[in-house]
Amino acid sequence: MSLDLNITKRLGTFTLDLGFTAPNGITAVFGRSGAGKTTLINAVAGLSEPDSGHITLNDTRLFDAAQRINLPAHKRRMGYVFQDARLFPHMDVTQNLRFGLRHAPTGSTGPSLNEVADLLGLTDLLKRRPTDLSGGEKQRVALGRALLSRPKMLLMDEPLAALDGPRKDNILPYLERLKSGAAGLPILYVSHALDEIARLADQLVILSKGKIAASGSIFDVLADPAIVPIVGVRQAGAVLQATVMEHGDDGISMLKTNAGTIELPGVAAPVGTLVRLHVLAQDVILSRTRPTGLSSVNILPVTVKSIRTGDGPGAAISLDAVGDQLLARVTARAVQDLDLSEGVSCFAVIKATSIAATSIGR
Amino acid sequence: MMLDAASWDALRLSLLVACTATLVALPIALWVAWLLARGQFRGKALLSALVHLPLVLPPVVTGYLLLIGFGRNGPIGGFLYDVFGITLAFRWTGAVLAAVIMGFPLMVRAMRLAIEAVDPKLEQAAATLGAKPVSVFASVTLPLIAPGILAGAVMGFAKAIGEFGATITFVANIPGQTQTLPSAIYSFLQVPGGEGRAIALVLWACVIAITAVALSEWLAQRVAKRIRGIESDT
Repeated sequence: MSLDLNITKRLGTFTLDLGFTAPNGITAVFGRSGAGKTTLINAVAGLSEPDSGHITLNDTRLFDAAQRINLPAHKRRMGYVFQDARLFPHMDVTQNLRFGLRHAPTGSTGPSLNEVADLLGLTDLLKRRPTDLSGGEKQRVALGRALLSRPKMLLMDEPLAALDGPRKDNILPYLERLKSGAAGLPILYVSHALDEIARLADQLVILSKGKIAASGSIFDVLADPAIVPIVGVRQAGAVLQATVMEHGDDGISMLKTNAGTIELPGVAAPVGTLVRLHVLAQDVILSRTRPTGLSSVNILPVTVKSIRTGDGPGAAISLDAVGDQLLARVTARAVQDLDLSEGVSCFAVIKATSIAATSIGR
Repeated sequence: MMLDAASWDALRLSLLVACTATLVALPIALWVAWLLARGQFRGKALLSALVHLPLVLPPVVTGYLLLIGFGRNGPIGGFLYDVFGITLAFRWTGAVLAAVIMGFPLMVRAMRLAIEAVDPKLEQAAATLGAKPVSVFASVTLPLIAPGILAGAVMGFAKAIGEFGATITFVANIPGQTQTLPSAIYSFLQVPGGEGRAIALVLWACVIAITAVALSEWLAQRVAKRIRGIESDT
């Protein structure tokens, strides 16, 4: 099961021109506003027609300019979760959910309404009207409605963008559950929030001005120094995988990474789970010798993979942490002072409190 | 309230004309309202102007134009008579045509506003869930605009009950045949001592008009609520 596309679409002076393949799991599309994210997802959904190229889901041609194929939206079986939920205002939650089920193709199999309500925590909301729901609840209903239409693929256009921090934390676990639960369903997840993407995505496509700036596995792309100028210095950061070893009485948990153990506060995942840590590049400090007398005990031995200096005073450094990858952002002067170059061994210091609980995902 | 036979005839005819006119105009008005709200075509402004014309023309002028066009010697009336044997002028069916034309702008206006208030994004969402265009219209668009359609129908009905100028010009004022409620009131007031009968019909006209406007107002509020989604079971 995979989505394969290669399309162009002109909108005024803007041109979308890209191609990629989204396998099973979550493929995130990151881009600033105006990068073409919504244009792309609407083309996949069949809500707008590209000028040329093709869109293929598994073996089905959804769009092919050369063969003049353009399957209408209602025949594409894309479960689309919009940023603004778009629940039907004249129906209650049950009726909204049932709308998805009613239009699923006959004979298609999938979770029942009760199972979906259970998965998304909607059981107590079933009799409510959309206006009596919070933003997070609306998005969960919209997601449930999309799942019940028995889609071949899920499209999510900034489903969390309209929600504030705590509400976001409320819905993220459901999305994580979906990732492990809805087996074999490719998900295209559009967002401009890198922390969400770092938590959820398997693949990442970075869009810039209608073109692909980088794409590949989430670990590789986020550790690529070249994307720092596109995602912004404040959001840039690699994803480190770690296993929860134990939770201390003082609220500090021990986690094991390939390069060594680290200690973090606020880890909720039970012992034994593999979690992802979004380590921001600006929160990584480099040292040539193993530092002592530091307040941080999170010191990992790393090797410099590549260094990218930009126009400004900063430099982005890609690091290999015994198979895992880290990204560090230091000044170009520090690169000179520490005599950093490819292949040099050094130590990465990560401040424990800088990894917010929200950047820890399963 | 006691009415004599002629007054009853007039009241009955008016209700018949108004009901028929509303039913005939409803689907056409909905289609035109849809074109004006959602359509993108050349001549949209012209269509809008044409629809609104009866609202700004003196009703007598509209009635006279109908007589020219739909009279038995008129281009359309002649064709209808020759081919189908249908006569409109000086018949109750002609009163229906006059009521349709005069009520049309009011119906289209109410429906157009209701259609414009529906967010097309909801219809897009319904399509992505697998709903065919017909199904999207039936289960999303129609329920949301239904109160607007009803409000338009009520406006058209009220206009048809009250229509006088175009009707009397086109189908005259024949008691028992084309004498509608307003025509009857007019006739009664022309003869000495007819005030009593006129007042009885005037009161009936008031009751019908107030009921129609109240119903329309209530329905208009419902459409606003429904689309904003304020309505709730709790």
